[in-house]
Amino acid sequence: MMRLLLLAVFLWLPAAQAQLSIEITGAGAQRIPIAIVPFAGESALPPGISSIVRTDLERSGFFRGLELPPISPEPTEATSVNYAEWRSRLADALLVGSVQPRPDGRFEVRFRLHDVVKQQALGGIAYTLGREQVRATAHRISDFVYEKLTGEKGVFSTRIAYVVKRGNRYELQIADYDGANAETALASFEPIISPVWSPDGKRVAYVSFENKKPVVYIHSLLDGKRRVLANFKGSNSAPAWAPDGNRLAVVLSREGGSQLFLINADGSGVRRLASSTAIDTEPRFSPDGQWIYFTSDRGGSPQIYRMSASGGEPERITFTGSYNVSPRISPDGKTLAYIARNDNKFQVALLDLASRQVQILTDSDRDESPSFAPNGRMIIFATVIGERGILSAVSADGRVKQRLSATAGDVREPAWGPFIE
Amino acid sequence: MRATLYPLIAASLFIVAGCATQEQKPGEGAPVEGAGPGGKPRAVETKPVPRVETGKPSGSPFAALKDPGSILSKRTVYFDFDKFEVKDEYRPLVEAHAKFLRENPTAKMLIQGNADERGSREYNVGLGQRRSDSVKKMLTLLGARESQIEAVSLGEEKPACSEHNEECWAKNRRDDMLYNGEY
Repeated sequence: MMRLLLLAVFLWLPAAQAQLSIEITGAGAQRIPIAIVPFAGESALPPGISSIVRTDLERSGFFRGLELPPISPEPTEATSVNYAEWRSRLADALLVGSVQPRPDGRFEVRFRLHDVVKQQALGGIAYTLGREQVRATAHRISDFVYEKLTGEKGVFSTRIAYVVKRGNRYELQIADYDGANAETALASFEPIISPVWSPDGKRVAYVSFENKKPVVYIHSLLDGKRRVLANFKGSNSAPAWAPDGNRLAVVLSREGGSQLFLINADGSGVRRLASSTAIDTEPRFSPDGQWIYFTSDRGGSPQIYRMSASGGEPERITFTGSYNVSPRISPDGKTLAYIARNDNKFQVALLDLASRQVQILTDSDRDESPSFAPNGRMIIFATVIGERGILSAVSADGRVKQRLSATAGDVREPAWGPFIE
Repeated sequence: MRATLYPLIAASLFIVAGCATQEQKPGEGAPVEGAGPGGKPRAVETKPVPRVETGKPSGSPFAALKDPGSILSKRTVYFDFDKFEVKDEYRPLVEAHAKFLRENPTAKMLIQGNADERGSREYNVGLGQRRSDSVKKMLTLLGARESQIEAVSLGEEKPACSEHNEECWAKNRRDDMLYNGEY
């Protein structure tokens, strides 16, 4: 895979924030050539709306931003477009826009997207924003462009959760999908693992070892309040939200072993879901809520199984290899990402549940904790490169690859958040 | 063995000290001037403060847990790769702790099971739990009360050794036994 570009997201935050940078290795085969004209007046809002949009779209692997000569005067959303001229520049799509200061100190951004091939405008939106919303606004414009041109929702406005370990300090951080605007939700001197987003994106459940044992917490990102979800005798781990957000599956050892339980989101109504003498762990609900996929070594080696969310006899899902763990079902319910061990390499694998075809998506060897983007296009995961824990992302077709690494410390346990309305 | 001896030693010291006070006869002190006129001089009695030697462990059986000379100060059981049963070489250690728990009903123990770093973090929590459950089961079979022991797992999160080789991984496949006050 060719290394296309190295793009550092320079973001300085107060306190000891990790600076994450993205490196893109590989891109989709069919990329839409798009001309993104610098927005008139955008120098008032550094680093500029158009450059963020271009970076977003190229990072997705579905777009190629065209190099443009200086154009004077800059066309804006109000300018009539000479489609033939843009076609001669080999553009399939054109994005133009403008930034205007408002009397109240805020700004107004307008844009228009054009289909150059069909010679028609695809619409646009006007936003008002403060200086601190430049990136958020650009991401919304990227989402608009992505959805209009690919027919799928974009994930540029989504967020990710992950854990940074520096020395003996652990931080649960929440950042934009590209690692920018990282904020620390929880800092601890004991490990934090297994963060999972609630379906509404307002809360994160995770496992913290601050009490010298694993305890499951639910943490509100709106006010920073957190409470214990499960702290029974023994270990409490591996939380997974049901799609309705009212219940979670968890793994408890209170009755011996590591076993699957259901629990209401307020901590009430604990009931055992399955009973085995094996390790049953890493539950995940299917998007329709009907199934729970999980890891179990009931057959002698850890493999992925599924069972009805109301209980019942489990059915084995993975058969090739002696170590298949960490099942994550895609948002459309059709494929299963997991970690497979092959020749002592731990790699992200993707199983087509209908055809039973398995594809290994990565060429790294210590992959962990895969997590689907909410549109199913990308899978973020943790891996180790040069003895450092980093986050990596791969497209579900294996073509687009990205790395996010912090300037210091190990980054692990990524969880991609849901779409936010 | 040693743990059971300490209370005996402490008790015998106490007895010796008790005898010493009784051997002190009254009135042996020198006469003192200033007795009341016309009466028999009264003997002034003084009792020396009895001296008690505590010996090394202070009465409390819990001291043995910290005594480097006691097997009870050893708290770690190591496991083979992908194995969970307590190996023969650790039987005397687990038996000593079982005896201690049996004889000290107020003692509570937290067993933290651990796994090496390879593979899924949550599955490794499961492997560590299997190891802590294994030692807990042996302790209760040897007479410790179920309510005295909590078996938990730290998975791969708290390695004793952080290099990426078998020598290190072997040190991380372990159970650590902690008593109340230590966690």
